[in-house]
Amino acid sequence: MLKGRQTWWFENAPSLLCGACAGAEMESKGPLAGSFDYLYYDMRAGRESFEKAEQSIMEKAVEIALQKAHLQKEDIDVFIAGDLLNQITSSNFTARGLGCAYLGIFGACSTAVEGLALAALLISHGYGQRAATATVSHNATAERQFRYPNEYGVQKPSAAQFTATAAGAAIVAAAGEGQTKITCATIGKVVDFGVSDPYNMGAAMAPAAVDTVITHLQERGVASDYYDVIATGDLGKVGQGCALELFNRAGVAIKRSSFLDCGGLLYGGEQPVFSGGSGCGCLAAVAYGHFLNLMQKGQIKRLLLVGTGALLSPLTYQQKESIPGIAHAVALECR
Amino acid sequence: MAKKPQIAPHYAQIVKDNEPKRPLAANCLKAFAVGGGLCVLSQALREIFLFRGMSANEATAVYLVILIGLTALVTGLGFYDKWAQWAGAGLGVPITGFANSMTSAAMEHRSEGFVLGVGCNAFKLAGAVIVFGSVSAFFFALIKWMLGVL
Repeated sequence: MLKGRQTWWFENAPSLLCGACAGAEMESKGPLAGSFDYLYYDMRAGRESFEKAEQSIMEKAVEIALQKAHLQKEDIDVFIAGDLLNQITSSNFTARGLGCAYLGIFGACSTAVEGLALAALLISHGYGQRAATATVSHNATAERQFRYPNEYGVQKPSAAQFTATAAGAAIVAAAGEGQTKITCATIGKVVDFGVSDPYNMGAAMAPAAVDTVITHLQERGVASDYYDVIATGDLGKVGQGCALELFNRAGVAIKRSSFLDCGGLLYGGEQPVFSGGSGCGCLAAVAYGHFLNLMQKGQIKRLLLVGTGALLSPLTYQQKESIPGIAHAVALECR
Repeated sequence: MAKKPQIAPHYAQIVKDNEPKRPLAANCLKAFAVGGGLCVLSQALREIFLFRGMSANEATAVYLVILIGLTALVTGLGFYDKWAQWAGAGLGVPITGFANSMTSAAMEHRSEGFVLGVGCNAFKLAGAVIVFGSVSAFFFALIKWMLGVL
């Protein structure tokens, strides 16, 4: 059921049955290392190229998610996935190995939440019993595609962000299975305040995150303290600061201690990640690892996941276009 | 050429307040020290070669080859980008920066093969230097010739 203009209310709230995440060396040195199901200590994951490594990391996350749910590939009715590469190749090749209905999606770093919302929509309406959704990002493939060659010596400013090498996968099942339910989702609109600095994507995404969170709270009819945690994907320190100020000016009270950023949680303060982690694997790995663990332990009862995407294209940036932002939100609650 | 997009006025101040300031003075000092150090090293190499009996042209060629070779090695070992994050223009502007831009692009595109990968992409970044270097050389030569005629 549609609530307001952008919020999908799931009458038969489907379950987030289980999640799994895989990461690499930088993530293994971060504070959330313990929440990863699998860590690669080789950026190539034993493959010939970084792109193939990215695919392997996604495949690993999906494989572990299926194992945790005691499911076979054949039990999955639809697979919804996305990544940051041109033609979302990591997702396409992962889907090739699954042999089920597949929807490839792109929402930059908001993809994880976009996938989760779509999976929940399909399952809640009975278009399948179980859906799998996954996203992945790889530091080296993202650097190469969006910035410069990896070994090129260029000085980055402190507002820049570090693309996480990580994947997260989740299994969404019909109501009746599992402890964590997906109650509703708010699909964001593209918001563009004219930020055009590719080394400050947090500032480009913050207006979209604020717009989606405010829309969600209004259309659902709750205050922000309804949620134990509101977790954005990858605003970084700069984007988070901008978002808090925008909330303040909009007159929406947000508790600083419950407004967290996955990109900020994934790495320690001493790690060279500038403003924080980013990439569409960042939120997926933190949400399906760290946050899902906390929900299963009962330490978080209501979580609003806000996937934030900077719709950056190196081509349109060079043609002097700005960087539009988008954010989608999904509410997870304990049954 | 299209105009650079303008950031919404009410948001520009918010971004400015949250964006850490670039340490301009410190960056300049580091760039000066590292870039200057490289120049001193190059000059020292050149003096040694001249002392050993090379001609000025030979000495210049040999020390440039040494710097370019060392840069390619350090880039391949994965240190150059880390040092450049600290040194900034100090490692970007000298010829080592040019060598790094070619080596890094060639390494990056090795996965697409030698011709379409390395061959087509080695000058991806360095190409701009070649193009504008040639264009400015043409105009400087033109000016020099005109001054000679007058």
